[in-house]
Amino acid sequence: MKHTLSVLVENKPGVLTRVAGLFARRGFNIDSLVVAETESAAVSRMTITVEEQDQPVEQVTKQLHKLINVLKITDLDPSGSVERELLLIKVKADAESRSAIMQIVEIFRAKIVDVSAEVLIVEMTGTREKVSAFMELLTPFGVVELMRTGRIAMSRGKRAT
Amino acid sequence: MKAAEVILEALKREGVDTIFGFPGGSVIPLYDALYNSDINHILVRHEQGAGHMADGYARASGKVGVCFATSGPGATNLVTAIANAYMDSVPMVAITGQVSRHLIGLDSFQEADVTGITLPIVKHSYLVKDPTTLTRIIREAFHIASTGRPGPVVVDIPVDVTKEDVEFDSAVLPAMRLPGYKPNLKGHPKQIRAAAQVIAAAQRPVIYAGGGVISANASDELRELAVYSQIPVTATLTGKGCFPEDHDLSMGMLGMHGTPYANYAISRSDLVIAVGVRFDDRVTGKLEAFAPEAGFVHIDIDPAEISKNVVVDIPIVGDAKTVLPALLAELKKLDLSFDRRREWTEQVETWKREHPLAVKEAENGDIMPQSAVKKIWEITDGEAVVCTEVGQNQMWAAQHYLCRHPRTFISSGGLGTMGFGFPAAIGAQVARPDALVVDIAGDGSFQMTSQELATAVQYGLPVKVCILNNQYLGMVRQWQELFWDKHYSQTCMECQPDFVKLAEAYGAEGYRVEASTDLEGVLRTAFASDRPAVIDIRVKREANVFPMIPAGGTIHDMMEREL
Ligand SMILES: Cc1ncc(C[n+]2csc(CCOP(=O)(O)OP(=O)(O)O)c2C)c(N)n1
Ligand SMILES: [Mg+2]
Repeated sequence: MKHTLSVLVENKPGVLTRVAGLFARRGFNIDSLVVAETESAAVSRMTITVEEQDQPVEQVTKQLHKLINVLKITDLDPSGSVERELLLIKVKADAESRSAIMQIVEIFRAKIVDVSAEVLIVEMTGTREKVSAFMELLTPFGVVELMRTGRIAMSRGKRAT
Repeated sequence: MKAAEVILEALKREGVDTIFGFPGGSVIPLYDALYNSDINHILVRHEQGAGHMADGYARASGKVGVCFATSGPGATNLVTAIANAYMDSVPMVAITGQVSRHLIGLDSFQEADVTGITLPIVKHSYLVKDPTTLTRIIREAFHIASTGRPGPVVVDIPVDVTKEDVEFDSAVLPAMRLPGYKPNLKGHPKQIRAAAQVIAAAQRPVIYAGGGVISANASDELRELAVYSQIPVTATLTGKGCFPEDHDLSMGMLGMHGTPYANYAISRSDLVIAVGVRFDDRVTGKLEAFAPEAGFVHIDIDPAEISKNVVVDIPIVGDAKTVLPALLAELKKLDLSFDRRREWTEQVETWKREHPLAVKEAENGDIMPQSAVKKIWEITDGEAVVCTEVGQNQMWAAQHYLCRHPRTFISSGGLGTMGFGFPAAIGAQVARPDALVVDIAGDGSFQMTSQELATAVQYGLPVKVCILNNQYLGMVRQWQELFWDKHYSQTCMECQPDFVKLAEAYGAEGYRVEASTDLEGVLRTAFASDRPAVIDIRVKREANVFPMIPAGGTIHDMMEREL
């Protein structure tokens, strides 16, 4: 099972290494990792997705808690949270295929952010599944390159994540 | 004030009176400040020694051990000692010099990324970039090292930082900024009540106690609980001394080389009360077969240890020092008579009688290593501070030197570092100047840090190194004998120094004993001397450590004695 951990950390040099290193040492492979400042400049949020394999994720969250710079950890329940990923995809588009691509873009409420003679860059946000579905539909046109940000997630309702 | 002086002032404020260290380019300003300071500095012969001395000092005293090293090779030489302290949860602050700030990251002379290298083996670390943060960081470092589950903290300080002028007011204690650090000390009352219930109901309970009891200074509390509720106690290697080993309820050490009775008791127990332990594989053997009939209460300060290796029924996260008395108070409320457990304590007594840790003397007068340890124990009346090296010597010491007090048995448990015992003994001697400090050593291990003889001599620290000299890397040889067709690959040290001459070369005393009849006399002479001494005890070369449960094995695989 995949877990999305939302980890508040002190915004200090080396904290990312401490956190990432801990996952590696304890035998957890990080699927995706997003780090950025929060509303407070002194605090960063790391959103980490990991696959739970031999050991329960609790093993690593307990170890994470022991890092002095870690302030708070939430193991987000998928149904109780909103999650998003951002995708940038550069896809081949000639006169013939262009309108078909634009149709797909329309359906997924994605956005064309750059146009040139042979390619389009499309921006799209959504859940991991939606992003993957979108990518799959564009693949036949010829993907030059694509970038995904990895997942961010926020718990629903009044309570902060 | 120069930042270097501020560092020393801040250390003094933390109660530091002794530093173990070795100078170099990046710490010259720090050593310059030491020149006129009243802090005692012990100049070692290798930084690993400084780290282990700080470790031994901390374990013997309960205070934070402090060591200094210069940047690059000085700091990397500390790495083993830091890892050792980390594995055994020893409070230690290691202050390392670093190249100047503008040279960091440029592969500068004697630059090593020390905070990076030590990341997996520290409780926390700092690279100090701003001299005004020094006092706060040092305060935080000591706080982190010594509270919660103790551990080593590295403070890496660029040399130019130490040369700056900063303001210092000894009356102003800098505020700590540790929003993410809140060790849980109290223990949940509901859990404590639940534990009391199961303890009261248990028929065959066992207390499995470890180093956490000693770091929590909770030995008295543990003893009261055990004695009140008549529960036999077994301790781990690092827990030795947390419960008096000459007490009727003591079963000695458990695990791979533990006593048969401790292992039998665990395997038949219906309730294991684990205190300050981490269910290490050297203790549990095959996990599924460890205490197969038992429920588990686990008291530990570190929530990450709960259900890490063994899923426990009643976890209590808290400081043993407060949890154990709270638990005892709950038990007293239940007002049960524990007499009905007599059958169990009698069973333990029977096991003790039928399966003692016996030593068979050699017929030809060879010294048995076990008997040598027993002799040391007799002569010192079990009151010495005993350090050990790693290998057979360590296990024989653990089995046959019965300890009465906490902080009197100091051994590298988690990392198993050969070369630890001797510098640790020097550190312990600094902490306990009036105690008799004995390092029960192996010939191989001692050679890893024997240069610290110079340190012991220089500072008049009369540590006694008793080498159980089998001229083998004995523990590895034992495994080769038992499991690898006696292929003694690279475990026979064909060339050894003359340990007597070696000791004398450093200005220490050297003794050699070859016949068991001479042992007592030589030990008495050496122990009575006020100088450091090395006693080269030639023991039966191929003696083995038994009992032994092979790695990953169960009680049914226990080999009780020499085949
Ligand atoms: C630094 C280090 N290197 C290697 C080992 C592996 N090792 C464990 S016990 C041992 C033999 C120790 O020999 P000695 O000190 O003579 O002790 P003995 O077992 O003979 O009593 C070795 C090599 C270790 N524990 N530590
Ligand atoms: Mg040996």
